[in-house]
Amino acid sequence: MPRLSYLKALNRALADELARDPAVFVLGEDVRVGVSYVTAGLAGKFGPERVVDAPLSEQAFTGFATGAALSGLRPVVEFQVPSLLFLVFEQIVNQAHKFSLMTGGQACVPVTYLVTGSGSRTGWAGQHSDHPYSLFAHAGVKTVVPATPADAYGLLATAIRDDDPVVVFAPAGALGVRDDVEYADLVAVPLGVGRVHRPGTQVTVVAIGHLVQDALAVADELAADVSVEVFDPRTVYPFDWDGLAASVGKTGRLVVFDDSNRMCGIGAEVLATAAERFDLHAPPARVCRPDGTVVPFAPALDRAVRPDRDGLATAILKVLNNGRRP
Amino acid sequence: MARATDTRVGLYRTVRLIRRFEQRAVDLVDTGDIVGGIHPYTGQEAIAAGVCAALRDDDVITSTHRGHGHVLAKGADPARVLAELAGRDTGLNRGRGGSMHAADFAMGILGANAIVGANAPITVGAAWAARHSGSDRVAVSFFGDGAVNQGVLLESLNLAALWRLPVLFVCENNGYATTLPVGEAVAGTITGRGEAFGIPSVTVDGADPVAVLTAARTAVRRARAGDGPSLIECLAYRFDAHHTWEHRARMRYRSDEEVHSGRLRDPVTIQGARLADAERERVDAEVESTLDEAVAFALAGPHPDPGGALDHLYASGLRPRQGGDH
Repeated sequence: MPRLSYLKALNRALADELARDPAVFVLGEDVRVGVSYVTAGLAGKFGPERVVDAPLSEQAFTGFATGAALSGLRPVVEFQVPSLLFLVFEQIVNQAHKFSLMTGGQACVPVTYLVTGSGSRTGWAGQHSDHPYSLFAHAGVKTVVPATPADAYGLLATAIRDDDPVVVFAPAGALGVRDDVEYADLVAVPLGVGRVHRPGTQVTVVAIGHLVQDALAVADELAADVSVEVFDPRTVYPFDWDGLAASVGKTGRLVVFDDSNRMCGIGAEVLATAAERFDLHAPPARVCRPDGTVVPFAPALDRAVRPDRDGLATAILKVLNNGRRP
Repeated sequence: MARATDTRVGLYRTVRLIRRFEQRAVDLVDTGDIVGGIHPYTGQEAIAAGVCAALRDDDVITSTHRGHGHVLAKGADPARVLAELAGRDTGLNRGRGGSMHAADFAMGILGANAIVGANAPITVGAAWAARHSGSDRVAVSFFGDGAVNQGVLLESLNLAALWRLPVLFVCENNGYATTLPVGEAVAGTITGRGEAFGIPSVTVDGADPVAVLTAARTAVRRARAGDGPSLIECLAYRFDAHHTWEHRARMRYRSDEEVHSGRLRDPVTIQGARLADAERERVDAEVESTLDEAVAFALAGPHPDPGGALDHLYASGLRPRQGGDH
């Protein structure tokens, strides 16, 4: 069975969607050469009119994608640097996202924004290390953060076919993940449907993106003492609340493992919704970035602001102990 | 009413329609039937009329916060535009857009846009999509003198010129960005910005529909022939307020003498003088009759059901969670 890498899965999804639908095209910086690898080989196969290298004009080419989408095309805009999304927040949130409602349903804007390598890559410092998926979820833009190669393939394919703008965050920490998958088994994955990677009975860990792998490792480490269920929402917005309700209904305990800033991050929303809807046996917890994090450069500092396995293990044990440190 | 036509009478009909539409709309602001006010296009009618008369029905435009004139000149139904301003379900955008977002995709109107300069890259993307599909459609971006200091507009000029796209950049220089005189805002010149990117750029009398039409025809011909974008700076004077709130809160940024002399170059008078009295009176009567019907239609339209406040938020039909108890 082939070992499929996360990057190859994204590359394959782009190639398949380009082949399937002539309205799809890829736009971004260095996409012909494929500096981030996700577009490697596509220019040769589909030509420069469908794999379009843009100058360093993020605001213009993101707005350009809206205009092309309003004209019936399905652009995929690649960003190699997550923090560039702050630069184009206007074009995505204030323009692309608002057209459908503001025009009374006359228009749809099927643009996919693919962020290759979101979050810290260690050593890239303050302006290349953000992981701003919660920001887009807050704004109501469909937002996915695939954790595995198969989901990266399936969610990117679905994002491209979706009639609304969708931001696909491919976490830097997940790009090295490989799956044993038959290419023929790769299928589109619906938005808004989570996945239980590991069943458990005592606590639900909501893990997002690359943190799914860490959560699984922690669940293994603690297996002798605690039965941990790892729930991966896959789509941050719309969130699979029913899927989470089913999991928490079984475990009665909740920890969120989220590489967002603490304040108003998706972890905050999960805990708020849990407080409103779920019967929890113990106060829930979250493990995330500190409030207002600016990722510092030095590796030890970079690691210090990231949610990590130790933090998760501590949180799980605390929740199991009814909110008190064991 | 249909799109502006390039005949003597056709141009007059459009400038007269826009003038009287805006005056009626201001009346409806005063009576409270239009909430939120409007940015009257009064004084700039020749620009919308002259440009849209040079277009085909399948060409597309994007517009600005001061957009009623463009939308009417491209052929939107005045009754449905007015109903939109009045926030009715019978409006162009079903009351979801209002004055600053009027759109009619069936007429090639990809929406008025309330963020200065934001429509420029959307227009460039639409032009690229047209060429990509093998069409010779052109795309027009209307913007004001305020937009020429927005970076995204300059990026858009670069993209359009770089890729030789069929775009008309139509700058309506009405002398003020809200209250800031153009001389205190713009270093260099507006045509100089186009020329810097190798874009043929001209300045025309924006009070004369024929002068605008002549320049627009040249630019459209160039665009359809595959020779790339053009920039037309139209010199005009805004007769009325930046926004109707000025009617109540008098801003002292223009002297009475300046406003008086600015209004002497009146597009309606200029084009009207090219018609015989009887001909002009016949058009005036037609316009009044059209607008009588438009006002009646607008005010008779049902208000949207508050239960559908977020209808069309997602083209895919996704329903967001409610804000309150659920």
